[in-house]
Amino acid sequence: MELDSLYQEIILDHYKHPRGKGLLEQPLGSAHHVNPTCGDEITVQVSRDAEGGLQIGYEGQGCSISQASASVLTELLTGHTVAESQEAREAFIALMHAQGLSEPDEEVLGDAVAFAGVAKFPARVKCALLAWMALQDAEIKAGLLSRGEGS
Amino acid sequence: MCWKPMATSASPLSQGVPSPVFDAQAVKADFPILATTVHGGQPLVYLDSGATSQKPRFVLDVERAYYEQSNAAVHRGAHALAEAATEAFEQARKGIAQFVGAQAQDLVFTKNATESLNLAAYAFSNATAIAQWDPASVDSRFVLRPGDSVVVTEMEHHSNLVPWQELCRKTGATLRWIPLTEEGRLDLSGLDSIIDESTRVVSVVHQSNILGTINPVRLIMDRAHAVGAIGVVDACQSIPHMPVNVHEVGADLLAWSGHKMLGPTGIGCLWGTTDILSSMSPFLSGGSMIEMVQMDGSTFAAPPQRFEAGTPVVAQAVALNAAVTYLQALGMADVAAHEHALAGYALEGLSKLEGVRVIGPLSNVDRGSAISFVVEGLHPHDVGQVLDSRGVAVRVGHHCAWPTCRRFGVPSTTRLSPYIYNDESDIDAALEGILAAQSYFGVK
Ligand SMILES: Cc1ncc(COP(=O)(O)O)c(C=O)c1O
Repeated sequence: MELDSLYQEIILDHYKHPRGKGLLEQPLGSAHHVNPTCGDEITVQVSRDAEGGLQIGYEGQGCSISQASASVLTELLTGHTVAESQEAREAFIALMHAQGLSEPDEEVLGDAVAFAGVAKFPARVKCALLAWMALQDAEIKAGLLSRGEGS
Repeated sequence: MCWKPMATSASPLSQGVPSPVFDAQAVKADFPILATTVHGGQPLVYLDSGATSQKPRFVLDVERAYYEQSNAAVHRGAHALAEAATEAFEQARKGIAQFVGAQAQDLVFTKNATESLNLAAYAFSNATAIAQWDPASVDSRFVLRPGDSVVVTEMEHHSNLVPWQELCRKTGATLRWIPLTEEGRLDLSGLDSIIDESTRVVSVVHQSNILGTINPVRLIMDRAHAVGAIGVVDACQSIPHMPVNVHEVGADLLAWSGHKMLGPTGIGCLWGTTDILSSMSPFLSGGSMIEMVQMDGSTFAAPPQRFEAGTPVVAQAVALNAAVTYLQALGMADVAAHEHALAGYALEGLSKLEGVRVIGPLSNVDRGSAISFVVEGLHPHDVGQVLDSRGVAVRVGHHCAWPTCRRFGVPSTTRLSPYIYNDESDIDAALEGILAAQSYFGVK
């Protein structure tokens, strides 16, 4: 099995040097998600900057995939709109269910395209999705997204 | 990133420690699945028997033969096959009971150990509920009230923790637990105050699935009985790995699963003393567990049928009895000695690896062969992934013992759990895999 297709350089780099890690001072919404099969945890928080763009903070413990995913997401979506985060989330979820067959859209997903290989490791898909689902929940709790809009 | 296989000279192992008792390679040849390869040709090194064991051909053949020659509904029907099936089923009950020094009539078949433990916990909650309306019809030993206590340990599998938490929620009783020492053993210094006059039931694990610790269950059961409490033992990780005699354990109820001891999935066991089983309210109800049914109520069969509602696990019982036959041919004392040697070998190898910390007893005394560890700077999921890429199957996660992980300040661990078909070369493969993971992630 090709370990390198799972552990892309970009993923390992985000794991070792997480971007934007830490909690927000005044979050509008906060969500704590766990992966009950392995005990990984993440707290994702959101608020808005002066221009109305998303601010994202997170804290967590877990494997390289789950932690790198949180870092990538934070770097990708900070300053963006909720609609853009929703679009990226839908693209990321689709990528995770594509079994490595689809060509990811780098415009929308940025560094998150590096997770394409994760789709071939079903046990790790949950790890990759953890922060993304927590972000959606935090946006709902902040009143930025209504429940029905969730992906 | 470039992938470099480990040079064999980097092997962390001490040389030689031959397996003293039986030839694991010959045993391995009896298990078809162990000849398979994974991930494009890697020979499978199966070190996850604590989760579930593999099955020898003999067990598979016996189950197949049952379906081909004897299959019918048991305990009903007046035809030749029904008699053959009933005979096979009850012979299996006898064989499995004898394996743990018990009588057939005291052995209940369930779907797994989790169901067995729930059956025990529900005997209390059901009796407590019924006692509100009809106290004369239940045994007061099973009726709980606020102020009563239920005792477990801090190293329980969720299956021997959550059912008791639920029992407390339903009855107002309080859950207490025996804490752990740093080494991963029970801290029994406060035993007499944890199990006291308020205690009605004590349920403890015989051998921990995460720490590998073998607990002094006899002493704890004796304390439970001294205060009039009922004693339950989760023997899921002991019965497959060492000689166990129910009378020596001293419990009132003992639960285990078939699939961890070479048997099929879908069968669990609950042994109980005749006195306790016959005093317990049923868990699941319906067909096969009754004595008399009328529109306004029913009476129940004697154990074990009282606790086997619906069509029972016939083929599974027949196959589990074959697993017992196989284990008896090896000899359980030899199985334990083989695993003891492997545990010693693995503990020694792990202790030589930099950045590796064993969670559980380091000394090979009163411990089984399940060994959990963490690797500094590496998450267990990533360790497991690298091992898997080399064909080495281990379990990662909290092993359904989340509070135990918390107790040791780790979110999860990687666990090796060898069995009769493993030898030192399998442990070597795991140790080399750990070194490979460290170098892959650049933590060493
Ligand atoms: C100590 C212990 N108790 C209970 C269980 C539950 O067994 P099962 O999942 O077969 O019900 C297990 C198995 O994982 C175990 O190791």
